[in-house]
Amino acid sequence: MNAYVGTSTSRVDGRAKVTGAAKYAGEFAADGLLHGFVVEATIARGRIARLDTSEALKVKGVVDVLTHARRPPLADKDEAWKDEVAPEKGSPFRPLYDDRIKFNGQPIALVVAEDWETAKFAATRVRVEYEQEAFATDLESERDKAEKVDQPHKPRGDAAAALTRAAVRHEADYVLPSEHHNPMELFATTAVWDGSGGLTVYDKTQGVQNVQKFLCSVFGKKPDDIRVISPYVGGAFGSGLRPQHQVVLATLAALALKRSVRVVLTRQQMYGLGYRPMTIERVALGAKPDGTLDAIKHEAIAVTSRYEDFSRNDTGWAEQLYKSPNSNFSHKLVDLDVSTPCDMRAPGAATGVCALECAMDELAVALKLDPVELRLRCYSDRDQSEDLPYTSKQLRECYARGAEAFGWSRRNPAPRSMRDGKELVGWGMATGVWEALQMPVAVRIVLTANGHAEVSCAASDIGTGTYTIVAQVAADALGLPIENISVRLADSTLPQAPVEGGSWMAASSAHAVLGAAEEIRRELARLAKAMSGSPLADLDAANATLTDGMIASSEGRGAAVSIADVMRHSKLERIEKEKLNQFAEDKSHARNTHSAVFAEVKIDEELGIIRVTRIVNAVAAGRILNTKTGRSQIMGGVVWGIGMALHEETVMDHRFGRIMNANIAEYHIPVNADVHDIDVIFVDEPDDRINRLGIKGLGEIGIVGVPAAIANAVYHATGKRIRRFPITLDKLLE
Amino acid sequence: MADLTIPERIPINLVVNGERRALEVVPWTTLLDALRDRLELTGTKKGCDHGQCGACTVLIDGRRVNSCLTLAVMKDGAEITTIEGLAKDGTLHPLQQAFIDHDAFQCGYCTPGQICSAAGLLAEGRARGADEIRELMSGNLCRCGAYPNIVAAIEQAMSRS
Repeated sequence: MNAYVGTSTSRVDGRAKVTGAAKYAGEFAADGLLHGFVVEATIARGRIARLDTSEALKVKGVVDVLTHARRPPLADKDEAWKDEVAPEKGSPFRPLYDDRIKFNGQPIALVVAEDWETAKFAATRVRVEYEQEAFATDLESERDKAEKVDQPHKPRGDAAAALTRAAVRHEADYVLPSEHHNPMELFATTAVWDGSGGLTVYDKTQGVQNVQKFLCSVFGKKPDDIRVISPYVGGAFGSGLRPQHQVVLATLAALALKRSVRVVLTRQQMYGLGYRPMTIERVALGAKPDGTLDAIKHEAIAVTSRYEDFSRNDTGWAEQLYKSPNSNFSHKLVDLDVSTPCDMRAPGAATGVCALECAMDELAVALKLDPVELRLRCYSDRDQSEDLPYTSKQLRECYARGAEAFGWSRRNPAPRSMRDGKELVGWGMATGVWEALQMPVAVRIVLTANGHAEVSCAASDIGTGTYTIVAQVAADALGLPIENISVRLADSTLPQAPVEGGSWMAASSAHAVLGAAEEIRRELARLAKAMSGSPLADLDAANATLTDGMIASSEGRGAAVSIADVMRHSKLERIEKEKLNQFAEDKSHARNTHSAVFAEVKIDEELGIIRVTRIVNAVAAGRILNTKTGRSQIMGGVVWGIGMALHEETVMDHRFGRIMNANIAEYHIPVNADVHDIDVIFVDEPDDRINRLGIKGLGEIGIVGVPAAIANAVYHATGKRIRRFPITLDKLLE
Repeated sequence: MADLTIPERIPINLVVNGERRALEVVPWTTLLDALRDRLELTGTKKGCDHGQCGACTVLIDGRRVNSCLTLAVMKDGAEITTIEGLAKDGTLHPLQQAFIDHDAFQCGYCTPGQICSAAGLLAEGRARGADEIRELMSGNLCRCGAYPNIVAAIEQAMSRS
């Protein structure tokens, strides 16, 4: 049955991507296409006193300059601007809505011209005067203004009292900076005007239907007026979950000018979009001398904008990982004059678990215990917040397999005890955890008499491999070679899908494919039975199987009949079935993925240069649909973890409330030379409870734990504990 | 006040993927924009427009170059190979095949630049092992983090060339 699921099938969209044939949002052509260039605010807070576009309009080739004072109508109710994943509380940002400036870098005008260079040049001729107001952008100086948001988990016992009486205590602040996603593709939209009021919008997004509904509500359009398409997305990592400025601006301009318009943000302008919010994580652990925990306290204080409350679950991951009778978690926000943060790979967990796992390492040092041993002594077989068992949890096996592959038993626990020539060597480890989520998704399958099937769904493939796993699951379910499956994704007119995020798309789309394939199989069984003189006259549809282009009974009764014959006999050219898959709600079990990460660093003590020479990431995430693309997902997460540990930080000049390194050279992401050996181990984790195929998802788990494992390795190498990320060489040399 | 007129267009000839293309560009048009917007060769990608990411890498007279830092008028008469010109008669270039075999990309956006850069690297003959490949490919960023697979793909192509 499983010719493809679980194999290392190469990406089905690989050829398009290596030949340059794959088209991204800003690459679709249109007759008479205009180009928009965004003008941004240069103050952090205040209002536009005067906006003079006259000089820009004089530039030859400029068609118009849109501003808050010159634009088509936009919805005025907050509800109209709330997309599928907007924060519950707040009033979403509206580009070119009014004269208010809410953050530095806010779009305030769009210059539209016959070509991109002209628009860019003319944008420099837009004159703006502001009335500035006092503003604040520094989380640390505003820390006292933090206000609590809903608690992620109920407190258990009395953590404060337990901490006071603990034999061994560790308490510290860990500071995680703001980070930007920086997908390689620039945010872009090509809005194609159809001549009669309708628009086809090619957008860089993680959810075409989210964008389509949003545009219809913002511009007061009917569902048929706007179609959103996004066949290839050049990375997103959360930055494309919410509709972004450029899609509003391109649509606005197309409607205003009744022409096709493309808007591409510059790399610099992309720093005005969402980001991982800077967070101060305070973790307190109280332990007994035997290395069991008596108290866990975790408080997070994070940045949000003044107009929306964005918060994610930073604290509370200890409830899943470590047994403790007393626990207390809280999440607080500080409102600042900045744009609203957004989800970024493993939101909440990447930062929160980083702090928790550094703290656990510090506790292990205080207890004189091996860090793996400490985690085993505290191991929790239940999710303590709801006191639930797991659908599956092979974390113990992750520790064992990871430690063995890494050679952890050869570690000398003393800091500064291991060397390689003139470099200090450090070995550190950490645990990772994420949720195994699943969402309703619908899939349509069209089977044609030539033995070909088209599988379609509105879901996006942002590089995660959705095209490939959908093809694999469909090929197996329909008993066809994968070459006979074509997959269409990311068109808002296709069957329903949510945004691609949270690691939920693999399980969600795979089961939707199964559901639609099931309908096809039943229909074929019905037709096969009805054929005159059918060898499958006794076939029970529930026992029909599709294999190698044939339909047969799984009980082996009767001969197999080719699907082509069944369709020819029934005079059918095509069978089309669409099915919405919904997962049964099951609150009896917790659903999580887990990992154990082991890191080796080598540090030049005189220069402070840190190299991450080896990472072993042992992951338990249910069934792996594709071992090749799955490994790549985890490897990518590890590279992100290296960036988080050592490189990435969005730096703001708080005198101006402006980002100083808004480019991809001074905002450091890992380059090829920063990445060495990465060993990905998938631990066997059969799970027949979570869903039919036992899938949990891989997009986030790969990063979680990696920054802490590296930070802990840096401590082991140097004896220096750096609690302010990223760990740059100046901090080691201090 | 400065003059707000756009400079005159200048006629140039580029030999792109073996085909002679005549076009008129203003002096500030980069080779990248000329390829993408004028010649509709969108395989070459724009990731930063500042020479920071390498997504726009093409081969000019056999050498790998950031096309976003190259003005089109400077390359009048030059031979340019883009990602669209690497496969011959439907057969993938060994690097293209190696990138698929080793899953050396996810989103695919940096991929044309990576492959063109790798083709330039092979022609330079400077890289002998993985460490040198890593160093000499560090001008091409990959945010999906496919670096180890990119190195493996280049090693495969090197061993077969």
